[in-house]
Amino acid sequence: MGDSTSELSVQNIACTRGYRELFTELNFVLGAGQILRVEGKNGSGKTSLLRILAGLAEPADGKVLWQGKGIRHPENNYFQSMLYLGHKPGIKFELSPLENLCMAKALHGSKNENGIEEALYQLGLYGFEEITSGNLSAGQKRRVALAELLLTNARIWILDEPYTSLDVVAIAFLEKLFQQHVQAGGMLVITSHQPVTLDGCDHQRIVLPATELERVA
Amino acid sequence: MKLPAIVHKFSSPRNFYVMSGKLIPWFAWPCLILLVAGLYYGLIEAPADYQQGESYRIIFIHVPSAWMSMMIYMVMAIAGAIGLIWRIKMADIVASASAPIGAAFTFLALVTGSLWGKPMWGAWWVWDARLTSELILLFLYLGFIALQASIEDPRNAARAGAVLALVGVVNIPIIHYSVEWWSTLHQGATITKLDKPSIHISMLIPLLLMAVAFKLYYAASVLMRARSELLKREQNARWVREIVANES
Amino acid sequence: MDAKLSTAFWALLKRDLRLAYRHRNELLNPLFFFVLVVMLFPLGTSPEKELLMTMAPGVIWVAALLASMLSLDTLFRADFEDGTLEQITLSPHPLSVLVLAKIIAHWLVTGFPMILLAPLLAVFMYLPDEGIGVLMLTLAIGTPILSLIGAIGMGLTVGLRRGGMLLSLIVLPLYIPVLIFSANAVNTYLADLAIRGQIYFLMAVLVLAITLAPIATAAALRISLE
Repeated sequence: MGDSTSELSVQNIACTRGYRELFTELNFVLGAGQILRVEGKNGSGKTSLLRILAGLAEPADGKVLWQGKGIRHPENNYFQSMLYLGHKPGIKFELSPLENLCMAKALHGSKNENGIEEALYQLGLYGFEEITSGNLSAGQKRRVALAELLLTNARIWILDEPYTSLDVVAIAFLEKLFQQHVQAGGMLVITSHQPVTLDGCDHQRIVLPATELERVA
Repeated sequence: MKLPAIVHKFSSPRNFYVMSGKLIPWFAWPCLILLVAGLYYGLIEAPADYQQGESYRIIFIHVPSAWMSMMIYMVMAIAGAIGLIWRIKMADIVASASAPIGAAFTFLALVTGSLWGKPMWGAWWVWDARLTSELILLFLYLGFIALQASIEDPRNAARAGAVLALVGVVNIPIIHYSVEWWSTLHQGATITKLDKPSIHISMLIPLLLMAVAFKLYYAASVLMRARSELLKREQNARWVREIVANES
Repeated sequence: MDAKLSTAFWALLKRDLRLAYRHRNELLNPLFFFVLVVMLFPLGTSPEKELLMTMAPGVIWVAALLASMLSLDTLFRADFEDGTLEQITLSPHPLSVLVLAKIIAHWLVTGFPMILLAPLLAVFMYLPDEGIGVLMLTLAIGTPILSLIGAIGMGLTVGLRRGGMLLSLIVLPLYIPVLIFSANAVNTYLADLAIRGQIYFLMAVLVLAITLAPIATAAALRISLE
């Protein structure tokens, strides 16, 4: 797999939950400037796949490679190049947006010059910097977490349902942000139940096999 | 560090299943023979102790059980470490299959120790260093079993158990030393038992026979438990379906 | 790289202290528990001075063990639930070092106040005055060990819905050496004997715990997050 354009490559990965198999022999490569949309029904393993890509979970089988080496390989800088935002808020409700983002920046060792205030301003949180995050609305909390996208210089973004509880304006802003990121050579892995318009972007889709539908009483 | 390919080949679920199926009788039958021989020599042939009379004969169960309780914990930790580092599924399965057997031996050591204590000390329980260490070891086993039981995903359960077993292995010498030290401070009720360096040959032989029999029993039962767990975990694999189809 | 690691370390330590301050009413609960457990012993046995005096170091230490174990829940639970623990694990910095920052912050708000509370409990249990200093010394060395070992157990059980009882089953057996040597150090000192051995032993265990426990805790947390 010496393909220089493929930054992230997934080889034969399998994922199990308990004694149940979610997917097997999944293969794909993601190169600079590409987007990967992960689709599938509830319970098909979208989140599990994203967590494997983020290095939070281990695949039951197979490998995830970053620039040709395993993501935990000591010579690899995967965790400096990757930003993951999951289902959970990822922010502390007891802290203000400003405090939350300072912490995130310190943790990820981001060299990005963008100011935190500027990022909050762009996401429409101007004037809310010092308020306890718990008092913000669901959409605003989500925006605090998403502000990390403006502060990071990670090349690959892995976003699990980023549009949840966002309004139209925020979604449009995010879509523009994704386009800019990809055009600058970044990569994006995304799941979303809402339709995503990413015109003019190098765009791949993966549909996970549907598991048996659970009976709804 | 990489393991040679042959290790992976032999530890592949299918090979393990087939090989262990062939091995079990080779452990089980000698175990039975040695067990009968050991009990015969221990309970009938060996002379009565001049101080303790007949009651000392429980050491033929008690001492090998206590040895097993320590050994199995070590096996568990080593297997756990192998599973954690090299991701060998069989090592994980061996570790979790060992735990209930180890706990049972620990329990046996405690019960026989207590039964032995009654005629010797006139009490069912004495806070003697060995018994206390054994009791703590039982709790280490129970913690391991409870942790694995409460984690649904078998792979995560194995890995969590491995971490706990390794932490336990680092702690066992410290706990053991502390308890020894504590018990020498509070001497009085305790009588050190079996500290006679020269045990008579007629007692040593049954003791060793029993010890080997117990080890064989462990080997056979851990393989049996591992095999059934393996079938459950690999239920989606083709080789399991083939085996099930052949056997039914 | 190192400069950045220390930035992350201090940021996390400060964050946890700040969070503890914002929940300051909850900080007192383990301390109340600590006093309450000690109070139960005279009520359960007898208020006889002689009896309580001999039991004092052991009882205070058992209470410290239980209080420190119960306080562990605040170490990772909230971070696990709101997803910030995921973000901490995904940091490029070594997780064991970041975990150590959290453990230190946790000890500062739970273990450290217990040391300060010890003289009060000593009075309750008629511990002679000259024993109070040693009691506090053993708590100063011992409670960090309890936090470090407890962190491993908490790391293993944080993802489980009903981890509470399990945590005690896992952690309490590992606490035994600290209990034995600490309580004994106080008793030995009161009997006018040297306690250097006990203190050295506790220090050795502390060093071992500082080096190994964060690594084990990091491994445990990664498993729990999966």
